[in-house]
Amino acid sequence: MAAKDELGRRGERIAEQHLIERGLVVLDRNWRCQSGEIDLVLRDGDETVFVEVKTRTGLGYGHPLEAITMVKLARLRRLAGEWCEHRRAAGLPVGRIRIDAVGVIAPVDAPARIDHLEGVF
Amino acid sequence: MPVGRAHAIALLGIDGAVVEIEADISQQLPAFVLIGLPDAALGEARDRVRAAAQNSGVPLPSRKLTINLSPAALPKHGSGFDLAIAMAAFAAEGAVSAESVARVVHLGELGLDGRLRPLPGVLPAVLAARRAGFGTVLVPAGNAAEAALVPEIRVVSITSLRDAAIWHGAELEPVEVEPLALAPVARDGTAEHAGDLSEILGNRDAVEALQVAAAGGHHMFLLGPPGAGKTMLAARLPGILPDLEPTAALEVSCIRSLAGLPVAGELPRRPPLEAPHHTASAAAIVGGGSTLIRPGAAARAAHGVLFLDEAPEFAPGALDALRQPLESGVIRIARANATAQFPARFQLLLAANPCPCGNAGARDLVCTCTAMARRRYLGRLSGPLLDRVDIQLRVPRMTAAQLRLHGSEATDSARARERVAEARERARRRLRDTPWRLNAHVPGSWLRTEAGRPSTGATGVLDRALERGAITMRGFDRIVRVAWTLADLDGVERPGSDQVGRALLLRKAAA
Repeated sequence: MAAKDELGRRGERIAEQHLIERGLVVLDRNWRCQSGEIDLVLRDGDETVFVEVKTRTGLGYGHPLEAITMVKLARLRRLAGEWCEHRRAAGLPVGRIRIDAVGVIAPVDAPARIDHLEGVF
Repeated sequence: MPVGRAHAIALLGIDGAVVEIEADISQQLPAFVLIGLPDAALGEARDRVRAAAQNSGVPLPSRKLTINLSPAALPKHGSGFDLAIAMAAFAAEGAVSAESVARVVHLGELGLDGRLRPLPGVLPAVLAARRAGFGTVLVPAGNAAEAALVPEIRVVSITSLRDAAIWHGAELEPVEVEPLALAPVARDGTAEHAGDLSEILGNRDAVEALQVAAAGGHHMFLLGPPGAGKTMLAARLPGILPDLEPTAALEVSCIRSLAGLPVAGELPRRPPLEAPHHTASAAAIVGGGSTLIRPGAAARAAHGVLFLDEAPEFAPGALDALRQPLESGVIRIARANATAQFPARFQLLLAANPCPCGNAGARDLVCTCTAMARRRYLGRLSGPLLDRVDIQLRVPRMTAAQLRLHGSEATDSARARERVAEARERARRRLRDTPWRLNAHVPGSWLRTEAGRPSTGATGVLDRALERGAITMRGFDRIVRVAWTLADLDGVERPGSDQVGRALLLRKAAA
């Protein structure tokens, strides 16, 4: 596994932990289909939350949230639709959906900082 | 999160309007949105402010930042809003005191390293801030001396964005940086009024006429062959004008500041001289520009002298563009998105050769121009323009006899300036109950009132000329105005037939 992928996985685990502590329930992680991958799918009350996680080790190349572009979010929105179809096909409820972004700054030698934005798209 | 507010000034001509800058931070992905009719240079403030904030150690929040420039309908130009935008954003974030930021006006362009760059037009902007009731203004260190010319407002000199944030209460350690200075502009020598009146040989009529022009504020037209000393005479007019009054000096400095010329730490005392080249366009003379409207030579000559050498060589459009400012004393320039106004109460000085070869009318010289070429040449100076010129004088080449006679009787500039100041003082006392200060500005109707008419019977020669149709009614008024100035110079109560006769000569000499 390349270093950048490893960092991404680590960031996703940190983000997941953070969201669980906030009371969200994980439904899926790294859900894949033909058009791509969703980092995290969680339940927040009666909402289904799709989360894009971006991780960086520092601010040298800007804040991780700055790297989450509209193109990325539009793809996540399409993927969310596909996820919901699968879910409904299995006869499970979906409820309202929401798209969140989580920026993780995870330096190698210090505790990670997490920046969570709700309903960004 | 609260909305951050800061203030800046949008300049339109010499007037400035206060622009309120609001900053809002919303919980969305990082973005920087600038709204409220910014032009291209102002739109780029986005990237300048973000980089400057980062490099000053006060990074902007990684959220969506919306900056609104209000009133939105007012067009805003240039980079002078950078500092206010950054401060409004810091205030919205809570990095600095929001009350402190909202109370002062911020002027300055940001460099990417966070240092503040000086900009043109700071003097009129600070004046506008004071008019709007602000007590404090933050300016780049490079403009501090210029801004300090405005009394009754506190000017704070700021070197960098970090300094500004600290001034507003941010908890940061100051970092010493090299302040940026205004790029020095090479200035041609016209500002220095070189030469003294006593250096002019012969031409006593012209020297006298020059003093009349200076005393009454009359426009002047010099016609003569090459080498007669027209340019020499013209260059000495500012030298015999009285010193500028403080309000006029401030206006002169404002125009210089808008034109991007350096404004020194003290107000200029001497009237300016502008001598544009005859290839100048109408926009170069009166001012122009599609987005940012800049002052032209006529505005830069306000409260001083606009000298057009080789006047017939100017484009007719450029000359006739001067008619409106000559009449009203202001220049209004209308463009698609705004109208700018500049002061333009200047004294016009025209010089011309009588024909393309220059020899027409001179003794012992043969003019090689055809009659048609001669007529066309001076015909380029339009009637309406010349009609506004009170003094029209023919300047002959001097002769060997005059050269030998030249001696002790020559007037020097200091003496002439004294004489001019005395005459102006007499005019001011006489006109103290009227809105006018100089004889040249008095309207014709006043010249026919009891206070303004020449002494009884003095205008006999003019009445006859008027009857014959040799002069118009407007010409009549202009001659009486010059006669008043001659009376002020002579120290007599009211112009008599002597003054009226000499005034007629000064008006008709070129015809």
